[in-house]
Amino acid sequence: MPWETIVKDTAPRVPPNLADYGREQRWFAWSNARGQLLGLPGGRGLNIAYEAVDRHVDHGHGAAVALRCVGRDEQVTSVTYADLARRTARFANVLRALGVGRGDRTFTLLGRGPELFTVVLGTLKNTSVLCPLFPAFGPDPVRQRLRLGDARVLVTTAELYRRKVAPHRAELPGLEHVLIVGEGAADLPGTHDYAALLAEAYDEFVIPPTAPEDMALLHFTSGTTATPKGAVHVHEAVVAHHVSAAYALDLHPGDVFWCTADPGWVTGMSYGIIAPLTHGLTVVVDEGDYDARRWYRILAEQRVTVWYTAPTALRMLMRTTPRRGTHDLPRQYDLSALRFIASVGEPLNPEAVVWGQEVLGLPVHDNWWQTETGAIMIANFAACEIRPGSMGRPLPGVTAAVLERGEDGRAKITSDGHVHMLEEPDTEGELALRPGWPSMFRGYLHDKARYEEAFAGGWYLTGDVVRRDADGWYWFLGRADDVIKSAGHLVGPFEVESALMEHPAVAEAGVIGKPDPVAGTIIKAFVSLHPGHEPGPVLKRELIAFARRRLGPAVAPREITFDQHLPKTRSGKVMRRLLRARELGLPEGDTSTLEGPA
Amino acid sequence: MTYEQALDLVKTSLTRIVPDADFTALGPTDKFRDRLELDSLDFLQFVETLAELGGCRLDEDDYPRLVTLDGSTRLVAERAA
Repeated sequence: MPWETIVKDTAPRVPPNLADYGREQRWFAWSNARGQLLGLPGGRGLNIAYEAVDRHVDHGHGAAVALRCVGRDEQVTSVTYADLARRTARFANVLRALGVGRGDRTFTLLGRGPELFTVVLGTLKNTSVLCPLFPAFGPDPVRQRLRLGDARVLVTTAELYRRKVAPHRAELPGLEHVLIVGEGAADLPGTHDYAALLAEAYDEFVIPPTAPEDMALLHFTSGTTATPKGAVHVHEAVVAHHVSAAYALDLHPGDVFWCTADPGWVTGMSYGIIAPLTHGLTVVVDEGDYDARRWYRILAEQRVTVWYTAPTALRMLMRTTPRRGTHDLPRQYDLSALRFIASVGEPLNPEAVVWGQEVLGLPVHDNWWQTETGAIMIANFAACEIRPGSMGRPLPGVTAAVLERGEDGRAKITSDGHVHMLEEPDTEGELALRPGWPSMFRGYLHDKARYEEAFAGGWYLTGDVVRRDADGWYWFLGRADDVIKSAGHLVGPFEVESALMEHPAVAEAGVIGKPDPVAGTIIKAFVSLHPGHEPGPVLKRELIAFARRRLGPAVAPREITFDQHLPKTRSGKVMRRLLRARELGLPEGDTSTLEGPA
Repeated sequence: MTYEQALDLVKTSLTRIVPDADFTALGPTDKFRDRLELDSLDFLQFVETLAELGGCRLDEDDYPRLVTLDGSTRLVAERAA
């Protein structure tokens, strides 16, 4: 049954920023949008941290609350813009005193708390580069990213350091400084006490001249083959963070905004930290884990007006409070402040959109973007109808196209480098974007070849397969490659396979995404064993434990199947496409490149 | 159900997610979610497995008790009685 379009027929409480989609699309220009940001005083350039923090203090809004941090124990700590300006100045001075300067990489491996904001924005003030890591990564992904990203500084906690970094510290000679937040630095050789360094530092800092094209952020993302890729973003990205948040999240002055994404991922950085602060809003930061009651309580008690969350979280809430039920749980909370709900991370199923409407009184607005795009590209807007299941339409300033695909599933590129745009509505093809928006990634760190492969015929190729309906709404259909979207996180099968193959029993591994009602997809591994190892429940448990220890819960496989005859190409590569087809009971398609009969 | 029987179910439910969970290093009142690095999906799976094994209903209101071995065990022992 097709889901009915949700029409916005009542006048909204707050007039949406984007009231007339067609008009904004026609008139918008990024060159004008730049005017919404101030730039460093004296024409010294453009710096994300200035736009997010100091500009508000310079314009008399220092007393406004920037952060409301909800601790695990639900104690709430408020941080004003003036506090944040001082703290970030201190951290910038700490870096300077350590000899860390322009372009040097500071990594975070931290939970969601005020320190994270201090480190991120202080690093940007110092014109150093910030790279966030997800605390649920295991030691392997952490080490690999620290190495690939040339980490000079890491800010983490004693617990995370001990578990995930210390065992490999000797392999990271470039990592000069480790700062420990909270207790424990004294017991860890080769670390500094973050709080002590901050306390000694001066609380004023003049941001050095910053070119809009200076590197600001490094976000690792997963590829189909080989190691993760470090997507480079520059200070100019802040123009897109700011504008896209106004259009797609409908941020207004006075809003209380809660983005539930972890800042270890790009959403938590672009929209959990940067965008709402450039709008001078109050950002809710929850240190705790997902828990339906806790989340409703935060929405109610913090009077959250705009909420940006993920399909997996919404589906967990749906399990607690199904549409066809009594809705008792959310009814116990006063959610009247809430005005707008958006979701990102993986496609939002139509039922979740409608669940929002029926259970919370507000439909959920899905949107789409990637680490590489740095900001929301395609969205359902506050003023526009929602077609449940669609990712929406391109933001003003964004040009999208659907490209014909070739045999490998990716956009077909002719010998003279051209691609073919599919104009016929509802035709399946690879989603492509015309480069030129400010938060477009500027490269993969140390990997020019892979960066260049991401473009063809003047388009950035997203790797996502979509269709566009006759009215211009985009619908996600799947990935054009083997990368897995699990619980809002992009997981590269190669990273998982490599870890499994380090186990002495494992000969080969093929990793795919398996559909799951809550997570969208879960990571599933097929493994073949070396002679002398018996497949069975004992080894299965051992492999799952082995992978979790190395990769962490966000990346490790949740299911393992033994298969001594993994389908392979003639060149010996495991064919994940076939494993996926078998798992889903789909036709296996062209198997002519197979090694032997499957 | 006895406390010991219930504790077994709690441990079984946790080892389905973290097969090498070290219960000797985990005190009865330690919060296991952090110690065993359970993410939200893991926790959901833990609750569902425990409810299934214990043959009892566990819902959102029970979550505050499902954070330690002791709390989870007492809850299941009561519910599954």
